[in-house]
Amino acid sequence: MSTTTKEKPVTLKTLTNKQDLLSGGHRMCAGCGAPTVVRQVLLAIDEPVVISNATGCLEVSTCLFPYTAWRVPWMHSAFENAAATASGIETMYRALRKKGKIKKNMKFIAFGGDGGTYDIGFQALSGAMERGHQLLYICYDNGAYMNTGIQRSSATPFGANTTTCPAGSKIPGKLQKRKDLTRIMAAHNVAYAAQASPHNWRDLMTKVKKALASDGPAYMGIVAPCNRGWRTQTDDSILLSRLAVETCYWPLYEVENGTWTINYDPKDKKKPITEWIKPQGRFKHLFAPGNEWMLEKFQQIVDEDWESLKKLQGTFGR
Amino acid sequence: MKQMNWKELPHAGTILDAGNADGYETGSWRSFKPRWIEENCIQCLFCWIYCPDTSVTVKDEKMTGFDYKHCKGCGVCAVECPGKKGNKAIVMEEEGK
Repeated sequence: MSTTTKEKPVTLKTLTNKQDLLSGGHRMCAGCGAPTVVRQVLLAIDEPVVISNATGCLEVSTCLFPYTAWRVPWMHSAFENAAATASGIETMYRALRKKGKIKKNMKFIAFGGDGGTYDIGFQALSGAMERGHQLLYICYDNGAYMNTGIQRSSATPFGANTTTCPAGSKIPGKLQKRKDLTRIMAAHNVAYAAQASPHNWRDLMTKVKKALASDGPAYMGIVAPCNRGWRTQTDDSILLSRLAVETCYWPLYEVENGTWTINYDPKDKKKPITEWIKPQGRFKHLFAPGNEWMLEKFQQIVDEDWESLKKLQGTFGR
Repeated sequence: MKQMNWKELPHAGTILDAGNADGYETGSWRSFKPRWIEENCIQCLFCWIYCPDTSVTVKDEKMTGFDYKHCKGCGVCAVECPGKKGNKAIVMEEEGK
């Protein structure tokens, strides 16, 4: 069933021999999760790679004309069309390869934030996945439009305080649960869809390798803590991504040609969701008297999603 | 780093020099500075893989220190450092002290 190949395990020691393809001197905030994600993704690739980037923190802060932090061919055109741009580049590559003008085997990646993926770029993404381009779309998910000042997106978790769903006397933060894009992408019957987290670099890199080796389009959602929007300390981005996985808010799983696999199951060590939301200022109001129902509801949302994921693995697993 | 004038800027929004942001100093953002204590270091390289600013320097598969030109002092390395016998190999210290 699976078309992907088993890779030899990599070690950090051997990885240090590779050149970092994202230079220092980019202007992402101190302690941002996104550049860590990008560095890990780029370190996982051995072939030449072309990147297309949706508008977002990552795009505006890594590429301030005339300076760029990218050491790979990189293109940005607009907010909504990272997937369409990557589709175009990939199609041109196939045409040139057919004509014999390119001999190299190349890979194509589109990066987008959750705003540029879940909301604004969704149509372009869905189209690219349906057309079956040989590309990997990576969404680094920080759960709001952080670049423009923390507006809610459809990736914002339930109860979060953002500038467009402010917690106050009228509403207690965001009232809706988030959209599960990884499952929506799996429903496109793509070759590979997965969720990863930068704290587990080995899992993340293996998934990137699998995604690029698979025959057809691939999607990856990667959690990227944002200390400005999540209202946390600058030093706990990796800690929070670990807690997101351990509380099952962000389960690590993959869907390879319709086969669902949960990569990390905490079993009886599953932590309560409060451990993940307690350090985050955007959920401060959830601990105020009178809002106990929100904590219960949040836990219920996480539990239901986790249970349904386990059912999917049970039904469509190996 | 030198500012380019309009005659020197590349045309059509292209940047021909890949990774030239390397010349930009983000180290001045820092209010806390990581200090490496070599005797507590077990060379796990977690600091290197988790650094958002490519600011942990490595040579011959070993961590050798920090690139203070780019380090923004976020402290992720110090939090993730396992250290040796409970003693961290990376500690954050206030700048200018």
